[in-house]
Amino acid sequence: MNHLKLIIQREYLTKVKNKSFIIMTFLSPIIMVVLISVVVYLSQMNNDTIKNISILDETNTLKESIRDKKFVKYSFLEDLDLEAAKLLSEEKEDYGLLHIPQMATVSESAKQSKFYSESTPSLSVISDLEKLIEKKFTDIILLDKGYDLSEIKSSKVSVNLNQESFEGEKTSKLDNIVKLIFGGAAGYLLFMFIIIYGNMIMRSIIEEKTSRIIEVIISSVKPTQLMMGKILGTSLAGISQFLIWIILGGVLFTVMGSVFGLSSVPDSQEMINQTANISANSEIQNLFTAINHLPLTNLAIAFVFFFLGGYLLYSSLYAAIGAAVDNETDTQQFMLPILMPLILAVYVGFFTVIEDPHGTVSTVFSFIPFTSPVVMLMRIPFGVPIWQQIVSVLILIFSFMGSVWLGAKIYRVGILMYGKKPTYKELVKWIKY
Amino acid sequence: MNQLLSAKNISKSYGDFKALNDVSIEVEKGSIHGLLGPNGAGKTSFIRIINQIVMPDSGDIQFDGTKLNPNHIKDIGYLPEERGLYKSMKVGDQIMYLAQLKGLNKSDSKKRLKYWFEKLEIGNWWDKKIQELSKGQAQKIQFITTVLHEPKLLIFDEPFSGFDPVSANLIKDEILELRNKGATVIFSTHRMESVEELCDHITLINLSNKILDGKLTDVKRQFKSNTFEVGLQPKSEIDLKAVINEKYEVLPPSFKNLNDDLKLNIKLKASDDSNEMLAFVLKHAEVNHFVEVIPSVNDIFIKSVNSN
Repeated sequence: MNHLKLIIQREYLTKVKNKSFIIMTFLSPIIMVVLISVVVYLSQMNNDTIKNISILDETNTLKESIRDKKFVKYSFLEDLDLEAAKLLSEEKEDYGLLHIPQMATVSESAKQSKFYSESTPSLSVISDLEKLIEKKFTDIILLDKGYDLSEIKSSKVSVNLNQESFEGEKTSKLDNIVKLIFGGAAGYLLFMFIIIYGNMIMRSIIEEKTSRIIEVIISSVKPTQLMMGKILGTSLAGISQFLIWIILGGVLFTVMGSVFGLSSVPDSQEMINQTANISANSEIQNLFTAINHLPLTNLAIAFVFFFLGGYLLYSSLYAAIGAAVDNETDTQQFMLPILMPLILAVYVGFFTVIEDPHGTVSTVFSFIPFTSPVVMLMRIPFGVPIWQQIVSVLILIFSFMGSVWLGAKIYRVGILMYGKKPTYKELVKWIKY
Repeated sequence: MNQLLSAKNISKSYGDFKALNDVSIEVEKGSIHGLLGPNGAGKTSFIRIINQIVMPDSGDIQFDGTKLNPNHIKDIGYLPEERGLYKSMKVGDQIMYLAQLKGLNKSDSKKRLKYWFEKLEIGNWWDKKIQELSKGQAQKIQFITTVLHEPKLLIFDEPFSGFDPVSANLIKDEILELRNKGATVIFSTHRMESVEELCDHITLINLSNKILDGKLTDVKRQFKSNTFEVGLQPKSEIDLKAVINEKYEVLPPSFKNLNDDLKLNIKLKASDDSNEMLAFVLKHAEVNHFVEVIPSVNDIFIKSVNSN
């Protein structure tokens, strides 16, 4: 036990004192924040340019009902044919030209409308125009048929379906999104953690092998002890780094946000229009209730278990690989079988769980130990029976012990093997020694 | 109880490859025991078994009277042939770490470290990284890590490789001093002249089997060929060589000396007596060189391995 403590301590200190580790710890959140800020800033810049759109409306219906928006300006062309209008619009360097032809019927005119532009127009511009034409022409047709428009308007009901579970808890659409974000973040965090620090463990074992100190060390401690010490020491360094990233990232984002004046809502005007009947207050309230609805304690406890279990499961495999090879280039052939289930887990998480969190695929993958940490963490916000979680954790713990045992076997033999690139067949032989 | 280490009938296989086949070795307390053998003979496997890095398939090992167990790790110091240290770790931290893994506490390690730094003429290296040191300097550090916890058994695998003659001599003297203070040494090397110089006992392993074992002097006695180097100044102008050749087997000389005289190696039969032979040659010549040929470890090594 004393040895284990010493090894963990050394591994931790060498990791955190390492120059590149320190630089990475403090530089990556800065780089991330700067990058994201630049992207957001640039996309805002893009929004700021005013789009001029010319309209050639042969039916003369739109004129009084269209209004300029903040970044979109409409101008009407009159007494021109289509070709001349196109030429003129191009000359003016317009964003585009909307043409509504005069046809036999009103609905035919609407259907034959076209938008001409230099390059592919943005989706929001097109959908805005579509909505506008649809509304105006529907109104005209309704008027033609003798309906009273104000009657129709006043009889419209806008529904934002209130949801409630059978137990009587109120929920909203937002709930699902919040669940997704929490589950996804937990799963993805684990995925990243495994890849970054698994590799770190692997490299540090290869380093011990190439510097040949390994034989000195294992004449003092058991290989399994050394392996566990390395895994735990590196993990602690990793957790420290992660915490610094989160804290530093949070602080930086706040600072950057206020410097660049980033607002999370790009066009508040429209947002308010869309959600006119729901007050902004109730949205925020919904968000808080949605977060409150999450099984937070459950998620937190499960996160600890699945995080540790999943991470240790994979890192013992990384350790075994590190022990089996002489240098990093030889690791490639063994990396694929590790990365495959991991990537699969993330895909299943992001596609299947969202679609159907309690379907067969999601359920099965949340029991397979190599995918369960990621998939189960994504499922838990949607409410997973406790027995399922316990069974899954137990399976994970047993497979973790198995993989440590297996990893230790390969490790024990591998660290003393030099000079040749082992094959899978040889690895199996080592396990039998 | 005169044995520090007694390994009986040790066998070890790696898959189909037999690394050690029923090897027994007794290491006397306070001796320097040479473990010899060609490359791949099984020396390293044996050393690793003593260090409990690998477990033997069969056989029994007694260490200082008890069955070898993990508690003995702190009583053993091992300098492997393929050595290395953490390259980017500071010298002081590194030695302290390795010493603590061997069960030493911090303050003891520090005290002993000071002693060894002075002894091996190591100046202010505490804060240097291993990668900043020369190979020989790093070897000195490695030597210190091996002996710092004052183990009962020291295992040196090619301890002199990488050292210049001056440093090698320094290390040799240290090994002898450690032995004189009571440590037992297992010494594995291919440099036969250092075996001659240091070892009390030798064990020769070839192709996974022990082929030779015993006190160095006994082994040499066993291998001596009853041959004498004789340097002669003939008294009269006779064909001395022919005269001797009639009575004894004469071989080409294996020595040099300063006189311009007749040099011969004379091989006696088992029944012959060396005094008689000396008396015989004295009749015909003045003898200025008369030495029994003692087989060198090198000869013994080559002879044994080739005949095996």
